[in-house]
Order: sequence, then C-alpha cells, then structure tokens
Amino acid sequence: MTGLSDVGYSTEAIAAGEAVEAVVVRFAGDSGDGMQLTGSQFTRATALAGNDLATLPSFPAEIRAPAGTTFGVSSFQIQFGARSVATPGDAPDVLVAMNPAALRVHLPDVVVAGTLVINSSAFTDRNLAKAGYEVSPLDDGSLDNYQVVAVDIAQRTVEAVKEFGLGHGDARRCKNLWALGLMYWLYGRDPGATLEWIARKFAHREDLAAANRAALLAGHAYGETAELGPALPRTHVPPAERAPGRYRTVTGADGLTWGLLAGAGKAELPMVFASYPITPASGLLHTLAGLREPGLTTLQAEDEIAAACAAIGASFSGSLGVTASSGPGVALKGEALGLAVSAELPLVVVNCQRGGPSTGLPTKTEQADLYQALYGRNGDAPLCVLAPASAADCFSMAIEAVRLAVGYMTPVLLLADGYLVNAAEPWQIPELSDWEDFPVRFHTDPDGFHPFLREAATGARPWVKPGTAGLEHRIGGLEKDFDSGHISYEPGNHQRMTDVRAQKIRGMADAIPEQDVAVGGLSGDLAVVSWGSTYGAVNQAVRRSRMKGREVAHIHLRYLNPLPRNLGPLLRGYDRLLVPELNNGQLVNVLRASFGVHAEGLSQVTGEPFRIAHLEHAFKEILEA
Amino acid sequence: MTAATASPKPVDFASDQQIRWCPGCGDYAILKGIQKTLAGLGVPQENLVFVSGIGCSSRLPYYLETYGFHTIHGRAPAVATGVKLGNPALDVWVITGDGDGLSIGGNHLMHVLRRNLDMQILLFNNEIYGLTKGQLSPTSKPGTRSPTSPRGAVDTPVMPARFALGAGARFVARAVDTDPKALGVVLERAHEHRGASLVEIYQNCIVYNDQAFAAITQRGRAADNTIRLRHGEPMRFGANGDRGLVLDPASCALRVVDVGGENGVPESELLVHDERNAALAGLLASMQPPDLPVALGVLYCDPEDQSGTDTERSPVQLAAVDRLLNEGHVWRVAG
Ligand SMILES: Cc1ncc(C[n+]2csc(CCOP(=O)(O)OP(=O)(O)O)c2C)c(N)n1
Ligand code: SF4
Repeated sequence: MTGLSDVGYSTEAIAAGEAVEAVVVRFAGDSGDGMQLTGSQFTRATALAGNDLATLPSFPAEIRAPAGTTFGVSSFQIQFGARSVATPGDAPDVLVAMNPAALRVHLPDVVVAGTLVINSSAFTDRNLAKAGYEVSPLDDGSLDNYQVVAVDIAQRTVEAVKEFGLGHGDARRCKNLWALGLMYWLYGRDPGATLEWIARKFAHREDLAAANRAALLAGHAYGETAELGPALPRTHVPPAERAPGRYRTVTGADGLTWGLLAGAGKAELPMVFASYPITPASGLLHTLAGLREPGLTTLQAEDEIAAACAAIGASFSGSLGVTASSGPGVALKGEALGLAVSAELPLVVVNCQRGGPSTGLPTKTEQADLYQALYGRNGDAPLCVLAPASAADCFSMAIEAVRLAVGYMTPVLLLADGYLVNAAEPWQIPELSDWEDFPVRFHTDPDGFHPFLREAATGARPWVKPGTAGLEHRIGGLEKDFDSGHISYEPGNHQRMTDVRAQKIRGMADAIPEQDVAVGGLSGDLAVVSWGSTYGAVNQAVRRSRMKGREVAHIHLRYLNPLPRNLGPLLRGYDRLLVPELNNGQLVNVLRASFGVHAEGLSQVTGEPFRIAHLEHAFKEILEA
Repeated sequence: MTAATASPKPVDFASDQQIRWCPGCGDYAILKGIQKTLAGLGVPQENLVFVSGIGCSSRLPYYLETYGFHTIHGRAPAVATGVKLGNPALDVWVITGDGDGLSIGGNHLMHVLRRNLDMQILLFNNEIYGLTKGQLSPTSKPGTRSPTSPRGAVDTPVMPARFALGAGARFVARAVDTDPKALGVVLERAHEHRGASLVEIYQNCIVYNDQAFAAITQRGRAADNTIRLRHGEPMRFGANGDRGLVLDPASCALRVVDVGGENGVPESELLVHDERNAALAGLLASMQPPDLPVALGVLYCDPEDQSGTDTERSPVQLAAVDRLLNEGHVWRVAG
C-alpha cells in the first residue's frame, strides 16, 4: 500500500483529535463534480478504518443537468460510527458544498451549529444567481449559526496540479479529490486506498494520475498546515466493536447479484440473467455482465417483456431464469409473470423500486410497488414476494428467493428499492456453507409422468429438462387439466387449478421462518410493522423510543407473500399497530385485509428514506393520542 | 418415441392431442411437412423444442411429440432465446404467425434475427388474424376488408422476408403450404444453417382470408407468378421455363424477360441465383405479382457460423461465488 509515510498519516495525530460516537457527513456539488465518486472513496476509507457506516447517494435523473443549477445538485451522505449505524443519518453534521446551488439545496438539512466546508471559488456572481442567491451567503451573515470553513478549493487545486500541464478544465476537475483529502485529514483517514485507486483508474493517463494524487495530498496537507482552529477540529471516531473475521463493504446491488449467483450454485443450476436497463436496477446487469463465470449467461434484452420471457425460457430449458427491473419495467413483465405462474416454472424477478407512478422519480426511492407485486397480473395469479431489509440482507434474501422458486416451481419477486441497491454498509463476509444446499433433482422417470402431477408436501410440479428422453411434453398459458395436464376449459377444472395455485403459494408459509419481533416484547402498547429498506430507520426509532420509556415493539417483515403463519396472532397481541411505509399505504391495507386487524398507516412519499427523528415523533404522538 | 427408435417416422412426431384447426386450414399441411422433416433430421426427439406465441398457428407445438412451450402473444422469439441460452444443446424451433411475429412481436423477431442464436423460426403468413376472427394483419394486402377495416385496408403491408433481411437475418427462405415437398427442402436447409433462420410460409386461412395466395397457388397461374430459386442456377420460371429474370442496370431493378425463341434472351443473360448475395436477396424478397414472380426457396443464406456454443451449460460454481465475495477491498478484524 502506498499512503502512510507519503502523506504524514499518523495515528497519534488522530487520537489527539476529539473523540465522537458517530458523524454524518454529506458531500454535495454539481452532477459533474464527482460527488458520488468522492462519497464512495470516503466510504471505503471509512470502512477500512473500522467504523460501522451507512450511505445514501442521491443524484438527479439527468446525466449532466445544466451546471450550477439547484436541480443539477448531486449528493452523497454517510453516517459512520464507533457503534452500530443503522441509517445514513437524519441530518448532516458536516456539509461539504462545492457550489452555491449545493449549499442552497442542502443547508436546511444541516444540524444546528453544524459545519459547512465551502468551495468559495464557486461563489461567483453567475453561480450565485443560478442558485437564486441575490447576495452571497458567505457575506450576508445568513450562515452565522454555523461553523463555516470557506476555502477557495478550486483555486488551490489548480495551483496544486499546475506542474502536470493539464488544461484549466481538467485541473479544476480534480477539486473533489482536494476536498476528499481535507476530509481524510479531518477524520484521520488513510488515503492509501484512494491513492491506489487513482493509480489504477488513470493507469493510461499519467498526467491525470499525478494531478489527482497531488490534489488529494494538497487537500490533506491544507488541513495539516492551515490553522482551521475551532471551526474544523480534527475528529476521532473510534472503530466499532466487531466480531473477528473478514469484512468488505456491500451495496444492495452487490448483495443481490452475489446472492443470486450463490442461490444458483446451491441449486446446482446454470443461471441466465436477462434484463433491460432501467434506473436503479441497471447495476445488477452491469455487475453480472462483467463476470466470467461459465455457469452464468447474461442478456441485455430488447425490452423488459423480452427479458422476462427469456428468463422464463431459460427456466423451461433447465437453467435458473432471473430478470431484474424497476416498477415501469415490472409493469411490462406482467403478462409474462402470469405465464410463469400458469406454467409453474421457477423464476426470480428483482424489482428495484423507484418513485412512481409512470416514469416517476427514476433516482429516488419508494416502496410503492407492493400492490403491483402482489396483485399486478391478470387473473388470479399468486406468486411469492420477498423484501430484503438491508444491503447485506439482499444477499440472504436472494438465496432465499432461489430456494423458494425452485422448491415450489413458482416465480418469486424480490422487492428491493433505489435506496437499498445504492446504499453501502460494512459486511462480514459470510461462509457459503452457512446456507443449506438445495440441489435441484430434475424429473427423469417416464413412468406415469405428466407435467402437472404434484409433490404432496409442496404442491410443486415436476421440473423436466428438455433433452430428457421419453418425457417430451407441452406446456403453456392455457388452463390445463388437473389430471392429464392437457388443455382444459372445463369449469370445475379451472376452479380446482385456481385453488391449487393459490394453495401452493399459501403453503410456502411452511417453508419460511415464523415472524420474530426485532425489538420489544410479544405484546404491548404499540407494534411498529415495517418491511423492506425502512428497517434501519424504524429499528433505531423504536430503540430510541424505548430508551425514553415508551413501550414500542418493532416487527419487520421480509416475507410478504405468503405472510409468516404466526403473523396474525402476533399482531393481535398489541393494542395498536403502526405501519410506516414509503408509499401511500399498501402493507397497512394488506394487513387489515389479511388479519382484520386495526392498523394505522404512516406514509411518506418524498423520494427519501425515513428519518429516525420523524418516526420517533410519530410513535410518541400515537402513544399520547 | 425416443432416440432409441432406429429411424423415426413422421407419425412418431404426432402427439396424442386432437387437432383443433378448421377443416381445410393450411396449417394441417405445414404440420405434416414439419413432422416429415423432423423424421429425417436425425435429431434425437427429446432434443427438439418448439416454442410458439399465440394464434391458430401457434397451437402447432401441441400436436408435435417433442418438447413444446405455447407462450404469450408475440413473445416466442424471446422465450426461445432464453431456452437456447439456458441450454445451447437443444434444437430450438419457433412457430409464429404474421400478427404474432410482426405486429405485437415485431420487436422480438427483429432482435432474435440479429442476435443470430441457432434456431429455426417458421412464420405462418395468412395475411389475417385467424384466432381472433379475421381482423387485419400487418401483412394484409391493401384493400383487404375485415371487421376492423370495413372499407378496405390502407396501410402498406410489411413483407416478412424483407423485414428479416433488414434485421440482419442470415438465412431467409419462403415456402407455400400447398407444396409440401418444397417446404420440406426449405425446412431442412433452415435446420442445417447455423444461426437464426427465418422461413416464411404462405398459409391459407380458409375461413377468414381464403384464396389470399390464389395468384401463386392456383393451377394455371402459379407457374407465371412464382419462381423457385436454386443456388447457382439461372433464374427461369413460367409453365415451360420460358421466362426469366434479368437485372436492369439503369434502375437496379429486376425485370422479367422471355427466354429463348425468336424474341427471347439467351439463358446465359439471365441472373444466376446466388444465395450469399445480400443485395440480390433484398430484390428477390420484394418481388410481387403482377410485375414480378414471388420468390420461393432459399432467398438468402450466409453460412458463416457466428451462432456461438451448442454445448450444455455447467452449473454456477459456489467456489467462484466465494472468490467473488473475497476479492477486492477486504479487511480483517482480528480476534
Ligand atoms: C396480449 C394479447 N393481445 C391480444 C391477444 C389476442 N390475439 C390472439 S391471437 C391474435 C392474432 C393472431 O394472428 P396471427 O399471428 O396472424 O395468427 P393466426 O391466428 O392467423 O395463425 C390476437 C390478436 C392475445 N392473446 N394476447
Ligand atoms: S381461422 Fe383460419 S388460420 Fe385459424 S384454424 Fe381456421 S382456417 Fe386456420
């Protein structure tokens, strides 16, 4: 590793800094300022320093929104701590603002008396006007309640990289690394990993490599030498307590792709992953397309319908078919999913939800496709629906999706979301042997075979690999006879087959764990019931409420269809139920309809994850009402 | 019934399902032609997979004793793509109609052709929607009266063979339901070709579009309105082979000429069919009566094999997943 000696990194210096439990930092700038990259580098350095962490990237849907505008601002928030960190944090303690628009958009979120690190070079009349400032906030006293560190970052960057002969534009573009260097100094981070990354990234452009390196080190050195005083005191966030083992950071997208592959491995199947690009699901296809695993085939299909159909075809041929998309694409897949339900083929469908309806909010998160997952097909077409709770849980639930799909010959829909797929957290690398193998045994015996005979325990029909002699058969989306599997429009038969398909999915409750209570007792004043990516925020809010003496329990669902078999009785044990969701009230209605319980909804559809304080306040209100 | 059978007969490829097409439908003859062809291919029966969309034509897989998947309207090419990707060792056939393949499924047909996975795509063109009771199809001739075009169709019909060539197909052929022998030859050639092959089969819908192909199937008219292409042979047609095709260099268009006799051109001046010539294939695919004969047989065949593997895939290896999890930025927390 390069690093330590090069930049005068020393552990004593950090240890001398102020020790803090947890910090929330947000980097914000123009879409072209490299904020996502800055954030992910900072995340890696922070993970290597041993903190627990959670991240929230946020970027506009436009690739290059006009520079300097408020709608072109891109940001990356990270919370890191010496204790367990469940969310990216409600409010930044430190905001790094690379231009006036970034300051304008993000200032309202910053904690009272928080720290603002501002690139004053960008505070020109033109940029101020674009951001809607009549007077510079650096001059009018409006920032008096904050700790302001205004540095002409761009100017200093240009000077630091002068010797490498870059054009002015290229030189200025290194300013995010200068800011990153300063933040590395502030939190005593080792820049080594970033220096390595620069060397790799610019392996073919020695001048850019040198300039980026120089900018990073200049930012770091600035912190070291400038007398920033009380405005920017060095801060020490001690490493979090962790079980010994090997760790890495994982995003939900990583977790899903690795989990799907692990699932295919456990099933001893080749995997065909077919997808059509859509934010925020594209990353899955990007990652898988880059792998060289002979058992994996990827297809960028011509549209989402084709992607779903190709995955179904792959499953028919004896591979594991997987397709991934976001809400609009899943809408297109609807008819094909019905075919998979009718043909009773295994299939895994990942929905990385985003804000809707229609094209909605491509880069913002929402949980509003639950109804679509449960009911969004013609006819009575039940399928299994799962929802991972965190980036790490994406790995487990992807394996689980494969296990259930092949075990029950059914499509399984995994409901992730934009926040989950982009969020990063440290992860103890699991042993694959912690999950049981579930090798698929294809049916090969022609004796008494028909394609819709069922296994008694699961209701699953036999899976036959084409190529198996003597088992040639035809399937399709027309209703089939319960006994022979041939086409049948007979009234009683359709009733029977509809019942069987419903029962098969209901019966999967036997193969999934009973619902547990994440925090709190089995009964009490209030249970908060959540699902999917809101786990961290709800969990923290419940814990904080309990510390204040409120009797609140947290129940978090990862299995949405079928629901765990003990869920009804469990819910009835509480006086009140509150269901916070990032939609206009979907799970809350499912629970009311399924169990006849009186549940109240707490809806938020701002495109942003819940804040802990907001939830805690809601719990308090409901308990005091 | 299986590979063990020494030399299978066409009836071995008939399933036990009762056929439900209208009496006199052209689909019967095509089904027969397919069964006959399959019997002669030497492919183990269990390796054959027929994937279809929705329509009268797409019912065909039910009647074949092979693996079959009757899917959803227009999407058979996409499903077949998945079948072939999932197990490249399978011998995959797609059955589609003109509405299925060129209206709702036009996008998938385009992409399956350009992707060029090894499969045979048989497009039954009856220039009408059969299953839904006779509405206009994208291949219907202008003027066609139907429940949805009571005053006659006005849109330009799509020509499947031209569409396929435009999409980058490397094998394009044409046959007619009334000529099972020629159909058989074309199916064998399509099967032999490594890559996606498109075969357009004119199929008479006796109920909703009867005699749509009378000009090319009726005794007395067929000879002058069709030409049977043979690679390397001069393009002659007509009842006594007395007509031929030449290229008019000024207009870059094909022209019919009389061959031999007093006023005819000598055979040596006729165009010679070259199925590897893509530009020629485009001209041949566009020919229509009354000015030009309909081209039947193999219009285009580019034998260059770009279709990828045909071996079965191996399962995903857990060891490989484990490697993935452990590569990149990994750190250790000491005990
Ligand atoms: C999504 C969807 N839309 C419409 C239909 C109704 N439909 C079934 S077959 C068909 C047209 C079939 O025409 P073609 O492909 O020419 O086949 P043919 O019946 O003539 O063989 C239509 C519109 C359907 N089954 N699914
Ligand atoms: S409607 Fe036409 S295409 Fe369909 S079965 Fe009858 S004759 Fe054949």
